[in-house]
Amino acid sequence: MADLVNLTIDGRAVQAAPGALVIDVAKRIGIDIPAFCYYEGLSLQAACRMCLVEVEKAPKLLAACTLPAAEGMVVRTESPTVVQARKFTLEFLLTNHPLDCPVCDKGGECELQDMVFRYGAGESRFTEVKHHVDEKQWSPVVYFDAPRCILCYRCVRICNEGLGVNALGITNRGAYSEIAPNKGDHLECDECGACIDICPVGALTSGIYRYQTRPWEMNHVGTICTHCGDGCKTTLGVRNNQIHRGNNRDRSGINGEFLCIKGRYAFDFVEHAERLQSPMIRQDGRLEPASWARALTVVAQNFQAVKSRGGKFGVIGSTRTTNEENYYLQKFARQGLGTGNIDHHRSGDLATLLDALAGRAGALAATADLYTAKSVLIVGSDLSQQHPLLAFQIRANWRHHQSHTYVVTTGPVREDGIASRSVRCAPGGEVDTVESLAAQLRTEPELVILFGDAVKGDTLRRLVTFADSLGIPVRYVCLMDYANSRGAVDMGLLPDSGGLDLAAMLAAPDLDALWVVGANPLKSAPLASAGAFVVVQDLFLTETAQRADVILPAASAYEKNGTVTSTTGEVQRLKKALEVMGAKPDLDIFGLLARELRLNLGPARPDAVFEEMRRNPVSPLNGPSRPELIRSADDTLFTSGTLGRYSKVLSSVMEAPGGLYRG
Amino acid sequence: MLYNEPHPLEVKVLTRRFDQPNCASLDTYLATDGYKAFQKALGMKPEEIIEQVKVSNLRGRGGAGFPTGMKWGFVPRTSPKPKYVVVNADESEPGTCKDRLLIENDPHQLIEGMLIAALAVGAHAGYIYIRGEYRYLIEIMDRAIDEARASGWLGKNIQGSGFDFEAYSHTGAGAYECGEESALLESLEGKRGIPRIRPPFPAVSGAFQCPTVLNNVETFCAVPSILLNGGEWFANLGSLKNGGTRLFCLSGHVNRPGVYELPMGFNLMRMIEEIGGGIRGGKKLKAVIPGGSSCPVLKAEECDLPMDFDSLAKAKSMLGSGGVVVMDETTDMVKVALRIMRFYQHESCGWCIPCREGTMWLKKLLERMDHGMGSSQDITLVGELARNMLGRTFCPLGDAAAMPTISLVEKFRDEFEKKLSRPGDLVPVDMVMA
Repeated sequence: MADLVNLTIDGRAVQAAPGALVIDVAKRIGIDIPAFCYYEGLSLQAACRMCLVEVEKAPKLLAACTLPAAEGMVVRTESPTVVQARKFTLEFLLTNHPLDCPVCDKGGECELQDMVFRYGAGESRFTEVKHHVDEKQWSPVVYFDAPRCILCYRCVRICNEGLGVNALGITNRGAYSEIAPNKGDHLECDECGACIDICPVGALTSGIYRYQTRPWEMNHVGTICTHCGDGCKTTLGVRNNQIHRGNNRDRSGINGEFLCIKGRYAFDFVEHAERLQSPMIRQDGRLEPASWARALTVVAQNFQAVKSRGGKFGVIGSTRTTNEENYYLQKFARQGLGTGNIDHHRSGDLATLLDALAGRAGALAATADLYTAKSVLIVGSDLSQQHPLLAFQIRANWRHHQSHTYVVTTGPVREDGIASRSVRCAPGGEVDTVESLAAQLRTEPELVILFGDAVKGDTLRRLVTFADSLGIPVRYVCLMDYANSRGAVDMGLLPDSGGLDLAAMLAAPDLDALWVVGANPLKSAPLASAGAFVVVQDLFLTETAQRADVILPAASAYEKNGTVTSTTGEVQRLKKALEVMGAKPDLDIFGLLARELRLNLGPARPDAVFEEMRRNPVSPLNGPSRPELIRSADDTLFTSGTLGRYSKVLSSVMEAPGGLYRG
Repeated sequence: MLYNEPHPLEVKVLTRRFDQPNCASLDTYLATDGYKAFQKALGMKPEEIIEQVKVSNLRGRGGAGFPTGMKWGFVPRTSPKPKYVVVNADESEPGTCKDRLLIENDPHQLIEGMLIAALAVGAHAGYIYIRGEYRYLIEIMDRAIDEARASGWLGKNIQGSGFDFEAYSHTGAGAYECGEESALLESLEGKRGIPRIRPPFPAVSGAFQCPTVLNNVETFCAVPSILLNGGEWFANLGSLKNGGTRLFCLSGHVNRPGVYELPMGFNLMRMIEEIGGGIRGGKKLKAVIPGGSSCPVLKAEECDLPMDFDSLAKAKSMLGSGGVVVMDETTDMVKVALRIMRFYQHESCGWCIPCREGTMWLKKLLERMDHGMGSSQDITLVGELARNMLGRTFCPLGDAAAMPTISLVEKFRDEFEKKLSRPGDLVPVDMVMA
């Protein structure tokens, strides 16, 4: 570590690493040097000239965003000259700005408004004709209003550098410069909306949020996205029991500013017209609406009957419900119904991995580790399609730390672009190919291996043995695809030894009762037992729900509290954003059923269950690992299983980006 | 053929072959000491070459006047990266038209200058970035490169010396901004022509992030003569700290406009009177732009001064690129300000706010004033806006727009005021701007 340099900012002595940027050093001691174009983590522009500061002995004002701290430097960030310069820069900016704040989506949370409020030119001396360009729609999601744009190039950079998509560029020059899609008039991109979110003004607006509400009229609920296993925090803007937007503008959570189209916009399934809002009971072969009381009684009576005669239960849990719900469900099944026939849709072989690692501590990598690890190996997963946050982290690691990335897949993936080595293999040949990289991997100081559903069972054991032979510290990420796939394993939604797994339940001709919570197993396999009493808790009338005898309408993740666990093992809290009339959180339903059945399973409240499961954790591996049951969700950026089918946004985006594991 | 009749007061060093028949051909070049300086340089150590250039007091002819020898000295010769020689032939400064003559009439002199620079820094490839509008020059340059390569003056093992060097021409697409060295490099690399954040300077990280010598055409063209005759000889041609001769592009209201090679430090008044043959039609001199449109104007009474970098700086103007624009008493200075601002508004790359928005505002404001629709506050506003662009922009283009504007408002405020009340009592400008 080189010696620190001493400098003075606004009269305060501060030490900094040589080469550290003055804007960062100032921020560290609580001095906010304003800027539009400077954005932590993205390349430097020095274009907006808002961060100009006075430096002693310098002949002119210098941009703090590109000014390296030096010994003896004396910086003034708010001197009269500086303040005057900022005022003029803002006056320049406003010359061609439409000043349509009253109707602008950004009004109230606009960096330009804030900046003008702070330094502003209170009056306008510009009396000439403004340069106007009509608004453009680039995609169902992205609208661009060029006159509002201040050309900070954040959108261009987040897209090119952050996402690696390169959808945006600049056209024309001078005052006619405009941000434009590289495809000319439309976008062919991830539609992630990062450009919209990062825009400091209202130039980029989203087709979902625009003209819906004023920002100050919303409640902002920070919760976890329910679409994939990455566990991104999304802050839902809710007004009058309606979600208007999702973003993560405060850059908190494990995802920082990252969100994909699903986290940012695909919350609209909650208000889909086909949402189940009343329990239904099958009468004369048809599903008819019924009251909650009636439906719960019918379920309890049937369960009680099956239980009394020692019949065969099957319980299929969800990969989207909370840990508390999963815990309560398995407890309900095991203690309440007395069955070990419990399972869920498995999308990653975590059980075998844990077994192969045999209790080794610190062998599982967290999301943050992907940003700091010296090298990363991706095996059999189109990461930017299926785990966009993890792909974003790995890309940021490569950009900021020059980390090494290795890719072993059956087809081209976006990570090829940043890979030190990218190798194609035949399906099933993943681990053979990984083994051929041994010499190169051995030279790395450490490695994080991410593997998809192609690596499971004995193949996975081989991978672990191989990694052990490298002689370097190795950590793993077992990629699992749904919002709480990890939690389903952790909470024991797996059969007891001797219990029926998911496939066996569906295939058993003598199954008496099947209880499906937030899953759609009958989409891919038929139910063999024609006489089974089927209870389904879900949001929509899925293929499975259509076979149900009783349907109980469930609340989505955005309508309840609890915790979920990301694929990398972060346990995060869901916060209730709204209520949908008629639907109940699954945990409430379990509680009500337990009461009907006169079972004492403890209070069905998220905090109480959380405390209980913290004290009495479940062993994830109750029975044999069944690798053949492991199947990836095969979701791309624009699909999300059942929820995706009911999201208008996801079905409106046209140009699905190419990807290896596209369904 | 833009080349004008030579004047007896000229000191012809760079232009000495212009009178020769077939002056652009390799044969003519070789017959007149061509490539001798390079052969001499082959026998010299790189430090010795740089030392001669330093002694010569050669200063960058593109406009900034940075000492060339010092610039070459900044190139880390021991760097493992390849080094490049890049010629800035993106001559776009209004009032300047010298580089085109040098390429048109003596392209081999430029190639030889590049070769010597390449020896000095250990480069093996060079690019000549030619202004897009100079299409015909590209053919001339390419022909010269082909000729040189065919005769073993470029390519592998040049003249059996073991030294390799390739030269390539590259076309700009018509952006003034690409005359700024770092924007030129971006454009050369196939990107949008926008200046880079500096440091690092091109000497350390230039073309393709490698150490790069980047100079103006005229600067490179002066190098063979320096090596042949010695740095001291070149230095003595000019004035103190301003070595050699330079090509002055005399335009505007003079009787004999043209490009003249004169020693550095030549008196501006003499240049107008004796070289240019005085003001056209016996009119009185009103003002002079001494070094291209980005320089503050000089009033007639300020023009009795030696034309070198330091004297002009003392007079609060710049020698710039040598574009001397002479304006007589009939010139409408508001129109001059507007014409200049139109140019910079058109050429602003749009990267930074003060330049992008400032030039646009000023253009609109000056247009309105020119139409007699201005108010006295507008005059103050023009100066204020320009002063707030000055030194605040990302690259010198903003300064280039601001400086002449500030000087025009300060020195000719009365004309701006006249325009407010009685528009049309001054005749329009017809200055020649290349």
